[in-house]
This record gives sequence, C-alpha cells and structure tokens, in this order.
Amino acid sequence: MCKECGCGLPGENPVGIDAHHHDHDHGHGHDHHHDHDHNHPHSHTHSHEEADHDHLHGTAVGKHRILEVHRAILEKNDRLAERNRGFFQARGLLVLNVLSSPGSGKTRLIRETVRSLGKRLKTGVIVGDLATDNDAQRLRESGAPVVQITTGTVCHLEAEMVARALKQLDLTGLNLLIIENVGNLVCPASYDLGEDLRVVLLSVTEGEDKPLKYPPIFQSAGVAVISKMDLATACDYDRQAALANLRHLAPTAHVFETSAKTGQGMDAWCDFLVQQHKKLKTLNPNPLNV
Amino acid sequence: MQSALDQVLERARLAGAGRVHAIRLRIGVLSGVVPEALQFAFEVLADGTPAHGAKLVIEDVPAKFWCAMCDHEFKATRMFAECPDCHHPSAELRAGREMELTSMEVD
Repeated sequence: MCKECGCGLPGENPVGIDAHHHDHDHGHGHDHHHDHDHNHPHSHTHSHEEADHDHLHGTAVGKHRILEVHRAILEKNDRLAERNRGFFQARGLLVLNVLSSPGSGKTRLIRETVRSLGKRLKTGVIVGDLATDNDAQRLRESGAPVVQITTGTVCHLEAEMVARALKQLDLTGLNLLIIENVGNLVCPASYDLGEDLRVVLLSVTEGEDKPLKYPPIFQSAGVAVISKMDLATACDYDRQAALANLRHLAPTAHVFETSAKTGQGMDAWCDFLVQQHKKLKTLNPNPLNV
Repeated sequence: MQSALDQVLERARLAGAGRVHAIRLRIGVLSGVVPEALQFAFEVLADGTPAHGAKLVIEDVPAKFWCAMCDHEFKATRMFAECPDCHHPSAELRAGREMELTSMEVD
C-alpha cells in the first residue's frame, strides 16, 4: 500500500512485467534484509505524554520502552533506486522518469521522441500502468524495445519494479531509457527510480494552475514539458501564466513547449536529450554497454 | 504506509517487544503525505499485527528553502517558495520532504 493514497491493498494483483506477450509472472519478492540491529533495549525514561494514551490492550503490563529509529520510511525504495542509478551509470544510460496526470500525452511524446531521435540515441522504454499493455503496443510502433509493468492497484512505479523490468529489456547498445510512470500527479513524486532526470508534463488542456495545485511533483521536476501546444488556441491557454507558475515551483527546470502531433518543439527537446547524454559520457567515457 | 509498518514490526520483533503502543513519524509538508490518509492506511494495515491499536503521532516538518541571492534559509508559508526579502523563487529545498520513522513505544 502506498503511503499517501492507500493504493495497492495487500493481497491484490501482484505487479506484472511483460516484455512481449509471454505471460510469466515473476512473483518473487526480493527481500534482502541486511539489518544490523543492536538488540539492546533502549530504556530511555523520557517523559512524553505517556499518561494520556488509551490502552485498548488490557494485557499490557509494565513500563513501555521507547525505541529510537530515525529512518526514512521509503529507505528501502531509496536504496534500490541508488542501486538502479549505479547500474545505469555503469552502462552510460541516460534515464528519464516521465510523470504527469493521466492523459497529458506522455505516451505520444515518448513515441515521437524515440522516432525523432532516430539513430542519435538508441532508446528503450519501460511503461507503467495499472492494467493493459495498450501503451506498450503504442510505444512499440516507434521501433523501440518496450517493457510494460502492470502495477495492479499501485498508483506509482517503484525502484524495485524498474529493476525487475530491466531484466526483460535488451539493453545492448541503448543510450537512453525512458520510464513512463503511472499517470498520477501525487504519489509518484515520492518514489525515486534511479533516474537522471525527472520530466513532468503539463498539457495545455489541463489549466495553467496545475503546478500550483500539485506542488511536490512540479517542484521535483528537472524538466517541464508543456505538451499539446497545437491545442493552445482552442483552449485559451494562457502561456505567460503557465510559465510563471512553473517558474515559481521549479525555477531551475528546463522548460520545453511541444506538440508531439505537429512536431513543434520536438527538435529542441531531442537536442536537449542528446546534450544530456553527451554530458553523461564525459563522466563515464567507457560504459559497460556490450 | 506499508513500508513504515514493515519497519515498525521488524524493529519491534528485533527488540523482543510484544506490542507497539505508539509510533512517531516526522512528515514534511511537501512530502505529499496526507496525515488523515496515513492514519486510515495505518489502521487498515496494522489490524492483526502487534501494532494494532497503536497511536500514530505525526510531527509536521515545515518547508524550508534556501535563497541563493540572500544566502539564507527561510520557511515557506505557502507551497511555493519565494524569498521573503528579494522575492526570487528558490529551487533549493532544505527541509519539508521528510518521511521518517522517529521512534516507537513498545513493551
């Protein structure tokens, strides 16, 4: 279950990963518990409002102990994300985590990006949805290798799902990996997947104030792509207001205004990706990409 | 919430604790976590575990940003951060995204 919205009730459909049409479910949970815990009971006797909680459990006897923990709740995901990051770096892969609300045009943007990049960057895609592999099929039209993750009831991708999906993806010769997250502007913001760049889409049809309504996700964006620019006039899109709102929340984010349909802005966006990949190459000139 | 509860139960088990009575969390206001949702999820998940009935104590962590122009930290009053002095927006979040299990009370 996800901490914010309670999605992914225990016992429901497990996460499925499908590179093509063969249905094998890897239902094994990789749970490496490297816990070095010192088993001494900390018998701190601080006085905190012990007196006022209601003990519903009649068997509780004796003094309560306080265990100090101080650990991030999503520590496990963060740890796995760092592992992914190391893996990507070693291979010289530029990795994007693409986020937006449902229907903002993530799939189409990715499909057209793969097409426009052509041979400049060889691209693979991992796509997450609650159900169906429709997006994977759409994305395969671009010629890129695609793995679909179906999350069942979970509303976001996690680092571990990506790690599993990677096993199904032929990474040979790939330079760019685009991860299309589940359409959702809330929970995915909290889950690092190990990406280099977080790309958040805002379509002109959604309203200029979307960033103000969903601050955490826009705040975490390294890149903001304004999509469906071809519809700007039809929906009275206020460009200045949208840009100002984005600037407010993500002052350092690179902003691109695109239409995957007409091709507007796609060159600038693709050039940017090529640049980013070059940067990566200077950090790791000899990637393990065999 | 499942990850928080997993941590709690694992800790309790290692400490040889029978029951968990209270769980303290620090939650940043920009973490995206809604305390009410957390409470609800906790009640559902903790049912039938040693943490059943435990009290969730949530400490809010305000959002703190750093202004590069003025070289100081400031607390954001709204979700987006504008330096109160120079009014430049800040991109550097220094606190407010925390989701931390601070401590727990067991017996």
